Amino acid sequence: MTDLTAGSQSVAQIRDNYTALTQRKRVYGGILLILFVSLMVAGFRTADARNAGSFVDGWHRVLDYPNEVLSEAWEKVAELPAHLVTFFPALIETLNIAAASTLIGTVAGTFLSLLATRGMAPWPVMIPLFRRISDICRAIPEIVIALVLIFILGGGPVPAMIAIAIHTAGALGKLFSEVNENASLKPVEGLESVGATWGQKMYLGVIPQVGPNYVSYALLRFEINIRASAILGFVGAGGIGYELRNAMSWGQGRYDEAAAIFILLFLTIVIVDQLSGILRDRLTHGTEKGATA
Amino acid sequence: MTTFDTNLTTEMLKAEADRLFTRKRLLNFGLPLLVFAYLTYVFFAFGVLDLYGKANWKNGKTLVADSYSYKTHVTRDNRNAAVTVAIEGERKGAYPEGMSPEWVELGETTVIDLEDGHIVTFGPKTITYEVPGYGVIKATPTRRQGVQAELPTEVVPEWINLSKNRLAITTDAGRLTVTRNRSEVFRYFTGWELFWFTLESPYHGKSPTELMGLAFDGEAGAIWQDFWTNKMWRHQDVAWAIFETILMAFLGTLGAGMVALPLAFLAARNFSPLRSITFATRRLFDFVRGVDALIWTVVLSRAFGPGPLTGALAILVTDTGTFGKIFSEALENVDEKQIEGVQSTGASAAQRYRFGVIPQITPILLSQLLYFLESNTRSATVIGAITGGGIGLLLTQAIITQKDWEEVAYYIVLIILMVMFMDWFSGWLRRRLIGHAEKKARKRKVVSKAKAFVLP
Repeated sequence: MTDLTAGSQSVAQIRDNYTALTQRKRVYGGILLILFVSLMVAGFRTADARNAGSFVDGWHRVLDYPNEVLSEAWEKVAELPAHLVTFFPALIETLNIAAASTLIGTVAGTFLSLLATRGMAPWPVMIPLFRRISDICRAIPEIVIALVLIFILGGGPVPAMIAIAIHTAGALGKLFSEVNENASLKPVEGLESVGATWGQKMYLGVIPQVGPNYVSYALLRFEINIRASAILGFVGAGGIGYELRNAMSWGQGRYDEAAAIFILLFLTIVIVDQLSGILRDRLTHGTEKGATA
Repeated sequence: MTTFDTNLTTEMLKAEADRLFTRKRLLNFGLPLLVFAYLTYVFFAFGVLDLYGKANWKNGKTLVADSYSYKTHVTRDNRNAAVTVAIEGERKGAYPEGMSPEWVELGETTVIDLEDGHIVTFGPKTITYEVPGYGVIKATPTRRQGVQAELPTEVVPEWINLSKNRLAITTDAGRLTVTRNRSEVFRYFTGWELFWFTLESPYHGKSPTELMGLAFDGEAGAIWQDFWTNKMWRHQDVAWAIFETILMAFLGTLGAGMVALPLAFLAARNFSPLRSITFATRRLFDFVRGVDALIWTVVLSRAFGPGPLTGALAILVTDTGTFGKIFSEALENVDEKQIEGVQSTGASAAQRYRFGVIPQITPILLSQLLYFLESNTRSATVIGAITGGGIGLLLTQAIITQKDWEEVAYYIVLIILMVMFMDWFSGWLRRRLIGHAEKKARKRKVVSKAKAFVLP
């Protein structure tokens, strides 16, 4: 009997403790939520105050500009196919910037990652150095390098390509070294035992293991780089972004051209996203099958 | 599979192996060749060869030199003989009337010591420049006959540029230009001048220990005020700009997360009430993502004007699409059993979502938000450069002037530090909030891989 009463007491205690605990948790959660909401509200108010036009005055005008552009494009809808053809070379240039910078960045990123992974680096002492290099390359926004290079090299696709390639090398360097860490070092040791050079060890021992992941990351980067190269065009680095700025700064009268560029850019981004999504899906599924088999 | 067929002859196996080898060889050589061919095409399409001629190396040199050094201008107005000394030739860096650095001796004849024996004098009529190992160069600017120069040698050396109206001498010690209207000496120094205090501040030129002493004597506020309102480097504006950029990234990322989460439920096949709604929401995400931050920025800046709000909204709109896609995929992968378990205790629909679904997707949600917070700091810089706001705007302004390269260098360093700080901060927060979940995910390789593919 005594046992039973003691037990029921402890159950009540446990319940009390539990309720107290949940309540405390709820209070903490509530405080966090209030803090978060007030941060967001204060942030939006600050941003609104420091903006040229306020949100309240502007929100109903958001669609004015697209309307203007689209209605003018609609009036001149007959000229649209011609514009699409006119701006196609600029689109190709943008794509070329993205593709070339992705290729160069992938190669550079591969080296950076191999030099910065334990067990694969030829000079283990230098690992932190290469890590910092790829961190810094990753941290620099493309636009910074592009603007400086445009000042020296003049406008055109090359500054944009270099700028995006540097950023890509840093970003991929980090992702690749994460992939490398999961790769088995046994093939490398095997190759070392037969006297392979560093290049041979990497090319024959590591790259076949990490290849599919590398390619899928590079594809993802290509998607991002198309957007980046369009943006850099906008600040003077050639390609479709440059044409867009010209058409836009002209204002009314050339909105049909702006609309054509919008369409081209939109379609390109969507198509490349879809294609690379399918490809990446296939690549990862391929590796999974290989891993389980 | 055919290689493992038992009823194959050795020849057949060999042929098979040969075929495989040929394919591998083709791939090994063909792929690099293809890449090489493409890069060659790009090389010519971009006109890299013309670039060498087109490039302005002088610009590059000024840029590099200017980013770590500064010059002090000593200028004499030849019409009224007034001499001014100003750092970088800017009004903000001008020495007050009658004051000068110790290497300039003002007077009837101003003597400027460029060190290593290089001495320039601004006389009442004649400007002289004593170059060691060469001699004294004399120049007399007149209204009528332009600049009359006397050189110690007949032949004009290549570091002297002489014409009827202009004399320019460039040496390692500095640079002298004499025209009809003014004579000007540049002396170069290493460092970022006036970074802490401008000349009008009483604290200019004081050593850190002296400043510490003054600060303890109760002048800390005044010292801070002088530093904070430095007109040359505008520390206050720069701090605000950095804050604005981070604000844009913060508001854009978290706002997008808040908008995307409810929409993601509509786009997830296992939660959506209707297939058509799933389809429509997904196309909405694709559309928003496809339009791209550039175009959103352009459209939004038409409505709201330049500023941090425009940038924040542009990031918000673009990332709503990305987050919607990621979150809806995460929602489709949730474990039904946990929801059933919650349901079996008699939970209502809201409770099922709160205790059955949300805890499962929180790690993915948080880690994505934090990844994007870092990458959006970079986007915010770029958007700021396009639409005008934050550190991106300051950077473009400094580049457009084409002479404040030390400021450009300063901003670039700040941007890199800012992004690295956000990277570290988001990583730290991620480890604090979802450290365990991440470790578990790493063990199950598939999960970590799936997560990694939606990286910004």
